[in-house]
Amino acid sequence: MNTLNSILILFVAFLAVFCESAFNGLRNLLGAQIDLLPALMVYAGLSAGLPTITLVAVSGGLFLDSLSANPLGITIFPLFLVGFFIYTQRDLILRDQLFAQTVLGLSASAFVPAITLLLLLTGGHAPSLSWVSVWQWIVMSVGGMAATPALFLLFDWFDRTFSYRSSHEASSFRPDREIRRSRR
Amino acid sequence: MDRRYNRMLKRSHYIALGAVALLTLILLNLPSHTTARLKLAVGSLFLPLFGLANSSDQLANKAGDAITTRSELLKENDSLRRQNDELRLEAMQAQDTVRENARLRQMIGWQQTKPWKLKLGKIVLRDPANWWRTVQLDLGSRDGLRENLAVLTTDGLVGRVSAVGLTRSTVVLIGDSNCKVAAEVIDTRDTGVIGATDPLDNSLVALGFLSKNAKLTPGQTVMTSGLGGIFPAGIPIGKIADSRPVEYGLYTEARVKLAANLSSLDEVWVLFP
Repeated sequence: MNTLNSILILFVAFLAVFCESAFNGLRNLLGAQIDLLPALMVYAGLSAGLPTITLVAVSGGLFLDSLSANPLGITIFPLFLVGFFIYTQRDLILRDQLFAQTVLGLSASAFVPAITLLLLLTGGHAPSLSWVSVWQWIVMSVGGMAATPALFLLFDWFDRTFSYRSSHEASSFRPDREIRRSRR
Repeated sequence: MDRRYNRMLKRSHYIALGAVALLTLILLNLPSHTTARLKLAVGSLFLPLFGLANSSDQLANKAGDAITTRSELLKENDSLRRQNDELRLEAMQAQDTVRENARLRQMIGWQQTKPWKLKLGKIVLRDPANWWRTVQLDLGSRDGLRENLAVLTTDGLVGRVSAVGLTRSTVVLIGDSNCKVAAEVIDTRDTGVIGATDPLDNSLVALGFLSKNAKLTPGQTVMTSGLGGIFPAGIPIGKIADSRPVEYGLYTEARVKLAANLSSLDEVWVLFP
């Protein structure tokens, strides 16, 4: 993970929030808008360092809340929790497996809205909640699940295309197996 | 060495977690006017994208115009001209009624009503969070907008302006918990308050605090009563869908089918009192 990749994650977060607000095809079709930020946090948690995870959570949360009636900053903490948890457990996660990506995407996309709503209700706000909200939650979770592997494909392609790879990575030379000849 | 490195790494984890929690707490406890300014500042980062989306929309419209045939345009022009003539006749009749009404009001000594001043705005964004019913308009304080102005379409009431920036403003839609409307059933003169949306159908809203003796039948027209102080009287809201007694029969609650289709809003009118 290099700086370029971190910038790309931030840019995708920015675009994702704009698209969620400006394009309502899915909202009109399914009755709920899909949130791509939890899926982005899954990618950041598995691929980036803690500073990038923090930056994506803070900026993504601020972007979303600035275009929403949410109190400013309320989405930051749930997003960060997702990224932080995955980051601390990432040695145990098979990042390239489609199954792992979808399960993490589903869990993150279900977790973030639930915790955001919990924080809103704890703070005395009154979001519109009804039986439709359950359907919206399901749509958001499944949408996030579908988006996660797509994001992995996009970022991995970007990484392969633009990142520098040193040539000796593919070499089979191992210094500990070097045969030393001596005169005896 | 390895253990010390791991300990340092764990410490940095906790520092990051603490810093984010602290930042969230600080942001949530900021004064409301500071939060509103911060929101506008962060939201203004999206201005280039708004411009881009607007330009592409205009381009698409122009392309659509180029495709439309001359015969279609002539047909549409003819139909619009006929509609315009009909509306002119209706307006002439209405003006006569207005003059008569003003004369009668003067005779009794009632306060004169002012004609509506309206400004057309375009919906540029919807709330990305599913639990709020708000939209953003392309009008702001430089267009004379201020908080609590009524927003409507030709079908009926849409909501009220809840926050105003220089070039954009937020409209909270009818049915959201932050948009209560004092309403009146026209046929029976019963008054109540429009509250939250129906749990299963977003086009229905609850009309609460109606008298227990209210005689409501489906299809009766509901309009703003002008009692709340925000919405002027006489804006159509919708029609009664059904009603039932609530709170052990102390009140009646009705469901109102909204006149305006809130899921396909494109252009709206802001009403200046």
